[in-house]
Formats: sequence, C-alpha cells, structure tokens
Amino acid sequence: MKREIPMIIAGTVGIVLIIQYFIPAEPFGTLNDVFSDWFSIIQASAIWLGALNLIKVSGDKIYRRHKDWPYAAIIIVSFLVMVIIGFFFSGGRRFLDPGTPFSQMYDYVYSPLTAMMFALLAFFVASASYRAFRARTREATVLLLAAFFVMLGRVPLGDMLTGWLPRWLHMSEVASWIMNIPNIAGQRAIMIGIALGTVSTSLRLILGIERSYLGGE
Amino acid sequence: MKHSRLSFILISILFLSPLSGQPPPDSGNPPPLVRPAEEIRAFDTPNDAGNSITITWKRSPDDIADQGRFDGYDILRGRSPDGPFELVLSVPGGGNENNPLYKTCLDNNTEDGTEYYYAVDAKAFGTTTRAVSRMPAKSSQQWFNTDLVNMLIAVIFLSAAILYYIAGAKSGKKLYIRKIAGLEAVDEAVGRATEMGRKIFFVPGTQDMDNVQTIAGLTILGRVAKVAAEYEAKIDVPVSRSLVMVTAREVVKEAYYNAGRPDSYSDDMVYYLTDDQFGYAAGIDGLVVRQKPATIFYQGAFYAESLILAETGNSIGAIQIAGTAMASQLPFFVAACDYTLIGEELFAASAYLSHEPKLLGSLKGQDLGKLAIILALVVGLIIQLSGAYDFASIFSVSAGGE
Repeated sequence: MKREIPMIIAGTVGIVLIIQYFIPAEPFGTLNDVFSDWFSIIQASAIWLGALNLIKVSGDKIYRRHKDWPYAAIIIVSFLVMVIIGFFFSGGRRFLDPGTPFSQMYDYVYSPLTAMMFALLAFFVASASYRAFRARTREATVLLLAAFFVMLGRVPLGDMLTGWLPRWLHMSEVASWIMNIPNIAGQRAIMIGIALGTVSTSLRLILGIERSYLGGE
Repeated sequence: MKHSRLSFILISILFLSPLSGQPPPDSGNPPPLVRPAEEIRAFDTPNDAGNSITITWKRSPDDIADQGRFDGYDILRGRSPDGPFELVLSVPGGGNENNPLYKTCLDNNTEDGTEYYYAVDAKAFGTTTRAVSRMPAKSSQQWFNTDLVNMLIAVIFLSAAILYYIAGAKSGKKLYIRKIAGLEAVDEAVGRATEMGRKIFFVPGTQDMDNVQTIAGLTILGRVAKVAAEYEAKIDVPVSRSLVMVTAREVVKEAYYNAGRPDSYSDDMVYYLTDDQFGYAAGIDGLVVRQKPATIFYQGAFYAESLILAETGNSIGAIQIAGTAMASQLPFFVAACDYTLIGEELFAASAYLSHEPKLLGSLKGQDLGKLAIILALVVGLIIQLSGAYDFASIFSVSAGGE
C-alpha cells in the first residue's frame, strides 16, 4: 500500500489536470490553481524538514569534531541569527519592510553574497569556453568559428572591420544569422525531443508504469 | 481720426477672432460633437469559465491618437436597449493589435444567463456620443476549449502511440534502443570512485518534485545508488528542496535494499543544503573542493548554477555525468562534463537502465511522435513555400489556451 496509494494519487491528479486543460467550465477551470495552492502549502510545510535536517547534519559534524566542523558552525550561527532577528527584532509581520534589521541583513549580507556567486559565472564561462573552443576536432573548429563571429558581431569593432563589405556580410548581420538560423534550428530540435520526452514520462507516471521515484525498480 | 478708427476695428477683429485662442463669448456655435463608435457587438466570451461578455465596436473617426483630443470610451451595461445603463468600465482610445479599426474589451463581471445590452460612449472635446448594441448578449461557461483542438489531437495521437507500443512490448516484442554513452558510463564512473576510495556526488537539480526533470533525475539516482551499494562506494546527495530530500531518501534506501546491503544505508547520505539557487551552488562547490569526490552526477533541472557547479567539479578532476532538459544550460554541461544526457535522453534513462519492456515501449511510442513531427515539417515546408495555405497556423495555440 505504501506505493499503491501515492501511485493512485499521482495518476488521478495527472488525469484530472490533463482534462482541466481542455475544459474551461467550473470546477475544472480553477483546478490547476487549486492544485498549485495545495502544492505550495505542502512545500512550505516541508521546509521545516529541510531546516531541521540542516541543523541535525551540521550539529552532528560539530559534535563529532568532523574535519570541516567550522563550516558547520558557520551554517548554524548564520541560520539562527537570521531566524532570531527575523522573528524577534524586526517588527513581527513587518519584518520585510525596508530598514528592519532582517531586511538590512538581507540587503547587505545575503544579496551581495548571492551576487558574488553569480558573478563567478563570468570567470567560469571564460574557462569553459577556452576548453570547448580548442580546435582539436572538426566540430570544435566549427564551434570556434561560430563563436568568433558571434562575439565579434556583438561589439562595434566587428562592424567597423567589415563596414566596407555588403550589408549582409557585416559582422553584426553574420552574428544575427548564426544566432537566429542554425542556433535556433538546433535548439528547436532539442526542444521537440524534450517535449516528447516530457509527455512520455508524464504518461508513464500517470499510468503507474514509472515507479522508480517511489523507490521502486 | 479715420486712421485711429480703422486701427480700433482691426484690433477688435483680432481679439474677437477664434484665432486669438479664446472662443467668442456669445458666438452661439456649440462645441463640435464627437462622432460615435459604430457596429457595437456584444457576445459571450468564447472558451472561458463564464461570467464574461466581449464587447467590440468600430472606433469613432475622432479616435485619433496623435491629436491627443480623444478621451476614450465608457462602456455601459443595461437590461434593455433603452436603458437605464450603468457604467461598467472605461477604456482609452486606440484599436486592437490585429485589427486597428476595431476596439475590443471584456466585461468580466456578468451573471451567466442574464441578457445584457451594451452602450459605448465616445468622449472627446468635452462631449459624449452614445451608441447601443442592437442584440442582447448573455454569458455562459464552455465545456470545451475549441482553441485547443490541435493540442487535443496531438495528445491523443501521442498517448495512443505510446500505449500501443507499451502493449506490444508487454506481449514480448523485442525493442531496439540505441546506446546512450552517458548512461553506459554510470558503472564505470561508480567503479572509478570505488577504486579511488572517494565519494560519489549526485546533484538532482534545483527544482522541486513538481518538475518532471527532477523525477527523471531521481530515477537515475536509483540506478547509481544501487551500483554504489554493490561496489560499496560512498554516495552523497545534497539537495535543495525538502520534498526532494524525502523522495531521494526513499529512492536510495530502496536501491540499497535491492542491492542486498540495507545495513549500509544511512539517512545522512541525502541531506538538505538550502532552497536558494546560489547558496546551493556555493554549498556544493565547498563540499566538492574540500571532499574531492571522484564522480559527480548532475541530473535534473538547472539554471545559471549549472556552469558554476560543473566547472568546480572539472577543476578537481572528477568524472562528471550531466543530464538536463534545460536547453540553455546544455552547452555549459557539454563544455564542462565528460558525458551529457541531452534533453530527451534524460527522460529515456529510466527505460534504458531498467530495460523493462513497458518503459522501452513508451520510448518507441515517443519515436513515432518524432516521426510524425518530421513528416509535418517536410509537408509544412512544401505547403508553406508554395503559399497555398498557412500550414504553421495548424500548430499555433491561442492565448486562451495559455
């Protein structure tokens, strides 16, 4: 029964959601929103499972003096500081208002840290591009050339160098052509495959053929 | 004297003239009357859940945007063509995007089954002119969205094809599946971690259990965990969603049980880091740099964190197998990982790894869908180029169908 009940729920909800997509009349018209609300409630309730697990795993590392225990200590201290400041020192329900200690911690500690992680992406793009564009094979050479034209076409220098050529050979035009024609064609082929795969997987889940997400074979 | 009288008359004319910017005080001419909207039509809004009537009309000739003297329309509603009417909404001037001569708006506050007449007041120059719909309209809810007929046909065709091949596979028909390098490499990657005595990391993406990619990723986790259990390799599954944590624990526990090593399983193998996208990436990067796993799997839905994770894994020399259906992240994984499951391969993993006939049958049905799309592309290309018919319109889904 441990597997059958979730499978029945998943199958029923799946079929109902497919039907409601084609029927605007009530009660079908609003069922998608109802199920989305239910999922949000379950998701919000489950956050405590994650938070408690984080404290347990980190606490365990500190208790056992695990090799990386100082990091675990930082996690617990950061977690507690945000929770205590948010709950008790930021005006209750108005904790998100500008100027509250919680909002200041969010704006001046959390946001810059997130931005810093995102900014790292620029360096990783450079290192990954360097590896990907090495012209070792025919395909990599095509990739390198395409990247060269696109990058040059995206800056004024590209058009400056090719300004004497006919309009359709200007670097910005070449870059746009590469992005809009071969690139989009390739992406659409992948997207069609993904859409079919999604339908097939959903159907397997609804029919109960796919059980591995429930811990089955 | 004669000269001063002439000057007086000229100055008087100048001041009394409309050109001076001031209307004559008692000229007796009424202000120009705004010309009315025409062809007022009200009808039940199609393909909706009721309580809505669409009103459409031909714009007033005075509704000219660049003159800036038109004040818009008031839409009024009544139970009889003679009134009384009550104001329901006001809309600015200007036409519809697809047909600029006409203007359309919705009254989303009607009672189903009640007949309404609509009046449209055009407003300009401080005047108002009314036009009333001749026929009444009443709203009702529809039981089928006719804009989605093409979608329904596609769903029925694809589902029928998948079910047909599943039935065929159940009857023992042999089905061929091409080799997927990324999935073939799972055993090798786990074996490498075992030989090196290092951990395996499995990252199931940043989305929750309502995302089909996360579910597809967890099916691969089952296989990886089983092989890891058989090889007695250590596996870590850091997750970013509480529900994924609970599900992943069930998957890993079952895999260890099926491998005959239930005692080797621990709940701590699957742990929660944070819901935050970059916090999660930072947490995994830290773990990867400190613990130096031999093998890392990225299977699920990823966004901008994909390259941050994959490049960090690459920097420590881990063998990396990625799989996602996020088309924009695929190039990053291809550049930074050893193997990448591209789009549909992620969804095929479950069938590929288990070799269960029913799952393989669903892949065959999917292939039939792909064949139909290829045929449609070829036929569509010919018809579209010939100009005989707008073939692409068959596949368009209107805004009403989201």
